[in-house]
Amino acid sequence: MRPFTYERATSPADAVAKAASIPGARFIAGGTNLLDLMKLQIETPAHLIDVNGLGLDRIEDTAEGGLRIGALVRNTDLAADMRVRRHYGVLSRALVAGASGQLRNVATTAGNLLQRTRCPYFYDPNQPCNKRQPGSGCSAIGGVTRQLGVVGISDACIATHPSDMAVAMRVLDATVETVRPGGATRAIPIADLHRLPGDTPHVETTLERGELITAVTLPKPVGGAQLYHKVRDRASYAFALVSVAAIVQPDGPNGIAWGRVALGGVAPKPWRVEAAEAHMRQGAKDVTAVLLADARATADNRFKVKLAERTLAAVLIEARG
Amino acid sequence: MNPVMNKVSFTVNGAARTLEVDTRTTLLDALREHLRLTGTKKGCDHGQCGACTVIVDGRRVNSCLTLAVMHEGGSVTTVEGLGMPDKLHPMQAAFVKHDGYQCGYCTPGQICSAVAVLEEIKAGIPSHVTASLADAPRATNAEMRERMSGNICRCGAYSNILDAMAEVAGQRTAGQQNGKDPA
Repeated sequence: MRPFTYERATSPADAVAKAASIPGARFIAGGTNLLDLMKLQIETPAHLIDVNGLGLDRIEDTAEGGLRIGALVRNTDLAADMRVRRHYGVLSRALVAGASGQLRNVATTAGNLLQRTRCPYFYDPNQPCNKRQPGSGCSAIGGVTRQLGVVGISDACIATHPSDMAVAMRVLDATVETVRPGGATRAIPIADLHRLPGDTPHVETTLERGELITAVTLPKPVGGAQLYHKVRDRASYAFALVSVAAIVQPDGPNGIAWGRVALGGVAPKPWRVEAAEAHMRQGAKDVTAVLLADARATADNRFKVKLAERTLAAVLIEARG
Repeated sequence: MNPVMNKVSFTVNGAARTLEVDTRTTLLDALREHLRLTGTKKGCDHGQCGACTVIVDGRRVNSCLTLAVMHEGGSVTTVEGLGMPDKLHPMQAAFVKHDGYQCGYCTPGQICSAVAVLEEIKAGIPSHVTASLADAPRATNAEMRERMSGNICRCGAYSNILDAMAEVAGQRTAGQQNGKDPA
């Protein structure tokens, strides 16, 4: 780890002011991903701003009938919240499908959204990686790609976003609230938080320098059967090969009134194409045909396209009861 | 940049401790190298194995993935704080009874995790294998196995670890019925 200075922020305004003015400053909350990457010198902040004391750790009802989840709410607490379990079950299910108990106790809502890819070439400082070292090339392309992305990728990067939680938040139409240096706040639809790599894969989100996530809001509950199916190489504590977050409103025997679906493990961001959801009544094959129409799989990860269809088919069977 | 030193004060196993540490010092290294509490083990140092698990402010965490300076005013319990040979914690005694280890390197992390897992189930926190999000989870084998997945045992003592946990979970149920909570 490279040496760094450390201080505790006293308010969100204080945190963003410091982040904007101190070169090489980074926020730290749970730190489970950041410290891991600092040990490998993939992240080398000169200054850490500890935001754990900012009081952003509550889950509140909103005037619109939804929930406002503080940026510092730990994954364990969010998954266990009775309102989330009752009305946003897909979110609870996605959270408990991710990481380990120890990590969920520490990992925060905002940190989960901002975690970096687990692409093995990103993690290996000896290999070129456009995300780690812009312009150096992508070692994953032509390499071992079984875990990597099949859609939304580019010629510069085929990494996936590793979060389970974010996939559920995408299907729930969550909004990310932030504060910027100077104090201005904004609300970013979760669909617009993560960028596709294009030719700048090192720019992963639409957040500006020093911008701090303060909360994630969920709109009022939409009901329906809420499911999260994660397919991985071992039964627990592994990243998704493919995951499906779905909200499905059954309609009579074997019918579906409407449904929403987002995929994890296949793209640089939670992957949802709203147009695909019009085909929900026709079944998983028709939905995934639209959802993954632009897939550019390799011989190693082509199975993910079929696996996504089959996982969605399993989800739809379970949703119909 | 030269190394940067920071002061931090927290409670470890009930005793107030103040340290002057390089900001880069993980909680794990503070415990082992500064406080000489070598019960907590360094396995992978990347949060993948669970050997470094300790209980901070009532919750199990990977002490390798958190900085010592982030725990100002915090309360840390290590395996030494759970119990010592002259007065074992019920979970430690159960690990001995059921032979819940072979080489023993992962054991302190397994025991800290196991103690916290039973508390998490008691607190009603759901897991990946909890059948219904509406119901309180129970200390079944499936629940305990899933919740212990962040603790790797290279010797493969998993089934004996599970037996130890089941015994403590059972004791607690019996103890609670008698108005006592031995855990």
